[in-house]
Amino acid sequence: MNDFVLVFKNLFRRKLRAGLMIFSIFIAFAIFGVLASFERAFNAGQELAAADRLVTVNKINFTQPLPYSYYGRIAGMEGVKRVTFANWFGGYYQDPKQFLITFAVEPRSYMDVMAEEFDIAPDAQAAFVRTRTAALVGETVANKYGWKVGDRVPLSSSIFSQKNGARSWDFDVVGIIKPKKPLIDTNFVLFQYEYFNETRSFAKDTIGWLVLQTTSPAINDKVIKTIDETFANSPFETATDTEKAFNKAFMAQLGNIALIVTLVVGAAFVTILMIVGNTMMMAIRERSREIAVLKALGFPGGRVLRLVLGETLLLALIGGLAGLGAAALVTTAMRESLANFVPGLALNAQIVVLALALMVALGLATGLMPAVNALRLKVAAGLGRG
Amino acid sequence: MSDHALVRLEGVTKGFVKGQESIAIFKALDLAIPTGDFVAVMGPSGSGKTTLLNLLGGIDHVDAGAITVAGQRIDGLSENALARYRAANVGFVFQFYNLMPMLTAAQNVELPLLLTPLKKAQRRTHVETALAVVGLADRAKHYPREMSGGQQQRVAIARAIVSDPKILLCDEPTGDLDRATADEILGVLQTLNRELGKTIVMVTHDPAAARYAKRTLHLDKGQFFEKDLAA
Repeated sequence: MNDFVLVFKNLFRRKLRAGLMIFSIFIAFAIFGVLASFERAFNAGQELAAADRLVTVNKINFTQPLPYSYYGRIAGMEGVKRVTFANWFGGYYQDPKQFLITFAVEPRSYMDVMAEEFDIAPDAQAAFVRTRTAALVGETVANKYGWKVGDRVPLSSSIFSQKNGARSWDFDVVGIIKPKKPLIDTNFVLFQYEYFNETRSFAKDTIGWLVLQTTSPAINDKVIKTIDETFANSPFETATDTEKAFNKAFMAQLGNIALIVTLVVGAAFVTILMIVGNTMMMAIRERSREIAVLKALGFPGGRVLRLVLGETLLLALIGGLAGLGAAALVTTAMRESLANFVPGLALNAQIVVLALALMVALGLATGLMPAVNALRLKVAAGLGRG
Repeated sequence: MSDHALVRLEGVTKGFVKGQESIAIFKALDLAIPTGDFVAVMGPSGSGKTTLLNLLGGIDHVDAGAITVAGQRIDGLSENALARYRAANVGFVFQFYNLMPMLTAAQNVELPLLLTPLKKAQRRTHVETALAVVGLADRAKHYPREMSGGQQQRVAIARAIVSDPKILLCDEPTGDLDRATADEILGVLQTLNRELGKTIVMVTHDPAAARYAKRTLHLDKGQFFEKDLAA
């Protein structure tokens, strides 16, 4: 026997009570794990945003178009190193339920601006520039539908139609886009803007938004000001911001996820703190005589304190790790079905480390008061002899 | 008073406050218990029998005077020093056994050894020996709820002697047992005293129990009176 056995046996001497406390901690950490995974996935765009990249959208909102001519005009501005653009296609594959993130882009400039994020084979890059009907498919999409280079795939749009009335375009898969960094999502499809622009029935020569690289992050503010002032008082005024700010503003439309996580998890933790803390207080009070016996046998106060804290720490770790495990299962199960809305949903090491720190904090917080009471207990009083 | 006493009380004063009244239990109490003695302490309720055991066990403090056990002054020691003193020198046997219900007999007996540097195998040997001494070698894996009161008290005695303490302090060790079982337990204590030389101080109300001791001290009004119960 050792102190751990003593702690373990004390904790599970009342199995139902221990089970209920573990279950409440399990629920709290399962909620934490899932919500934190969502929060991290939502904010991944901010973390990955390049410091020297700006995004220009229509000032009304980002769903409104901008003239194609802005692409050339911004490219010529001082401080702009590279610029590209994209147009939302509103695509789906075979069935509107099979929604696909699909962009019409200018091939060369898009691959140049996003070169740090995506790994595209040189022959695929060349084919994408050369072939009018070419499509580059993200690895996630390719794996999902089993597409490979050489396949011809029909993609439909829920927004646009062709001049002949058809809502579907045929594309030739010329390459697979792989991520260069762990958090980068590849759940999308790119195709040539020129092919799309020539064949669509309306909104010709308009684009969705521009992405540009500045020569240095230090001049971002100056470039932003120049762009927005250039197009001020025109039919298509612009709003330019850093990519990070743009991504943050985009996510803010869904609500303050971080605040939601903090409030829900905070409420769960405070509740559990009170439940477990109160239960442990009662449990230790019930065991006053046994604690006094330990002290009478010669167990010093510090060791008794550690034994009690050990119980609450063990309780928090058992419930917490089980909850985190459940959260990992849930996020893994939801990952594919939510890939279009919350790409990169996963319980990562950062969340696990934070959860472990919370488990230790919970264990210490709930055990502190009963442990101090045990420490202070007078042996004679505990034995009923004082 | 013997010069070679294992336990020595000199001018011990102890009292407590009840409401606004101060009640004295001992006034300048002296006592010497030599090594290998088996002393029964009797006296009316409230005479201070249990307080005496608490003082000897280092779980209560004197108001004045000195207590020396095995050459060590224990009055005035800090709580941690008293814990070390108890672990090294004192074995307690309580009226209601006070075993840990979630531990087996062997694990209960092993508890004091967790405070020693003994290795697991050494601890196991000590536990087996202690249980054999009290005649419960075959009950090592039984839980307290699976044992009779007498067996539980034997386990408690094994726990008290497993770390080979210098003195056993027994507080009404047979108070919760029937006559036959009480005699068994007292027989065990007598064997420990006679054959293993353990020094025992036993508080009891029962004259029959006191007869197992080598001598009986009667405590009344804060002073000892030695009595010969056999007479």
